[in-house]
Amino acid sequence: MSFRIIVLAKQVPDTRNVGKDAMKADGTVNRAALPAIFNPEDLNALEQALRIKDKMKDAEVIILTMGPTRASEIIREAMYRGADRGYLITDRKFAGSDTLATSYTISLAVKKLAPYHLIISGRQAIDGDTAQVGPQAAEKLGIPQITYAEDVQSVENNIVTVKRRLERGVEVVSCPMPALITVHSSAPACRNRNSKLLMKFKHARAVTELQEETKDYTELHSHRPYLKIEEWSVADLDADFEMLGLTGSPTKVKKIENVILQQKDSKVISSDDKEVEALMVELINNHVIG
Amino acid sequence: MNNIFVYCEIENGNVEDVSLEILSKGRKLANQLNCKLEAVVIGTQLNNIESQLFPYGVDVIHVADDPRLYPYTTLSHAAVVVNVFKEEKPEIALFGATSVGRDLAPRVASALKCGLTADCTSLVIGDHTENKTGTEYKNLLYQIRPAFGGNIIATIINPDTRPQMATVREGVMKKEIVSTTYQGIVKKVDIGAFITDEDFIVKIIERHIEEQKINIKSAPIIVAGGYGVGSKENFKLLYDLADLVGGQVGASRAAVDAGYVDHARQVGQTGVTVRPKLYIACGISGAVQHRAGMDQSVQIISINNDPNAPINLIADYTIIGNVSDVIPKMIRYYKENSK
Repeated sequence: MSFRIIVLAKQVPDTRNVGKDAMKADGTVNRAALPAIFNPEDLNALEQALRIKDKMKDAEVIILTMGPTRASEIIREAMYRGADRGYLITDRKFAGSDTLATSYTISLAVKKLAPYHLIISGRQAIDGDTAQVGPQAAEKLGIPQITYAEDVQSVENNIVTVKRRLERGVEVVSCPMPALITVHSSAPACRNRNSKLLMKFKHARAVTELQEETKDYTELHSHRPYLKIEEWSVADLDADFEMLGLTGSPTKVKKIENVILQQKDSKVISSDDKEVEALMVELINNHVIG
Repeated sequence: MNNIFVYCEIENGNVEDVSLEILSKGRKLANQLNCKLEAVVIGTQLNNIESQLFPYGVDVIHVADDPRLYPYTTLSHAAVVVNVFKEEKPEIALFGATSVGRDLAPRVASALKCGLTADCTSLVIGDHTENKTGTEYKNLLYQIRPAFGGNIIATIINPDTRPQMATVREGVMKKEIVSTTYQGIVKKVDIGAFITDEDFIVKIIERHIEEQKINIKSAPIIVAGGYGVGSKENFKLLYDLADLVGGQVGASRAAVDAGYVDHARQVGQTGVTVRPKLYIACGISGAVQHRAGMDQSVQIISINNDPNAPINLIADYTIIGNVSDVIPKMIRYYKENSK
């Protein structure tokens, strides 16, 4: 039996690079102007998985993502860097999922990929920064979790040993597999694309992607089955509908307030106490700090 | 009304500040809701822990004391918390948004199938009417947090599931002693009923203090210093301000060359390029090489005693004055005015 590693990844809007060019005139973020990227810490997670694969002949790395059709871009991106194959979980019924509904959906998909040894994901996604889906999925799967990983040090005799990055130091822990690991941004960056893999997988497509393509991939995909990105909808997961999407999400968004970041004119103030205090109050009220 | 529960983090026999801050907030919420404030403390040698907690207005402390429960491991603490919550049915449950709290709370929320909001910066009690059904909810916990990279502030509610769970950021709530004579009760948790050997399969092999490699690129706020800061000692002020607002310290090449700071913090053409939400340039004149590394920052404050410094041209605010005079004031007024 091969050593199976499932990497959980998410395509996210690049919220880190909200520069002045991505701001609307009213000072709010123009979300459409933000590129969709591979969630940064998920790339750190992929690298940890690939390092295990480098050392272990029979290891396979499977990438699993949930999102719209377009999210298969990150599956291809992972294949260019060394992932063996990928699964896209996509369905309108998943829309509006909070972390609990998301982790439920992911746990169902992971169960279909059993037996597995490790699940590795980024600590958190930059659009929500919650860091909740990993631990919640681990709980639903009934397996231990190791969060804030900086280095998967060894995988031996069914025991995984991991160095964790905490606020004030590091901790080395070990546990039996299967286990779920979430990787911190202080872990090594992901390797670059490999040009051979890029050639090999550039025509990899999910089913719904093929429907949108003008080119006919039928023949190519019948000759090269590895180019097919597996796609799962609600029907493929043995799901309780009550636990999916908006219905399955206990948290509700009551209100969204845009942070006003743009200051039209430069203000010049003195170092006078009153003026400094007024500036700090303004920054706090605008949520720029605090 | 059922009660408010706070999970308290323990390090070397002391309750962590973040937990005391959340208890202080919890006390106010409990007064408003007319319910009790309860603490869950898990660890070992906790004989005298109540003396640290009662002054913050804690009415009930649930103590789980066992040598295997310190240091913290996820599964064992989650087992205790889940079972205490199943018995006590809290209305609200709060955790620190720390590496412990953010590891534990989602595990607990998943087991109890209830909603959880991460990294709250403000908690408020309020009502809610569901638009579709017209159902009215009284006294919900509004969980307020930044999202989308800090570009929006979201108010999240959990109308139907209990407890309403949230993790709260360190340093945003004020630590306040209610009374040094406040008296509550201590309840011992029957660990044997809650924990099995399976909950200890994750072993801690070692723990030690280790500084993290400096990475200022992803910091939302950068407090950067130039040659004008004057000395390595004065740079300490920049670290104080950066720590306080959750930022990192950056520097111009001149400050790095003068030996005030490590090269890893250099911003500009020969350093790193940054685009934080807020860039505070302290005593930086703003050579084009430096500006190239930071001019895409969303908001820029320049502190400089030269009103004609080039950096002021791209700054949203310019404070004319000395760094050593202005930064302590910024720190003071931030502390006085933040919630």
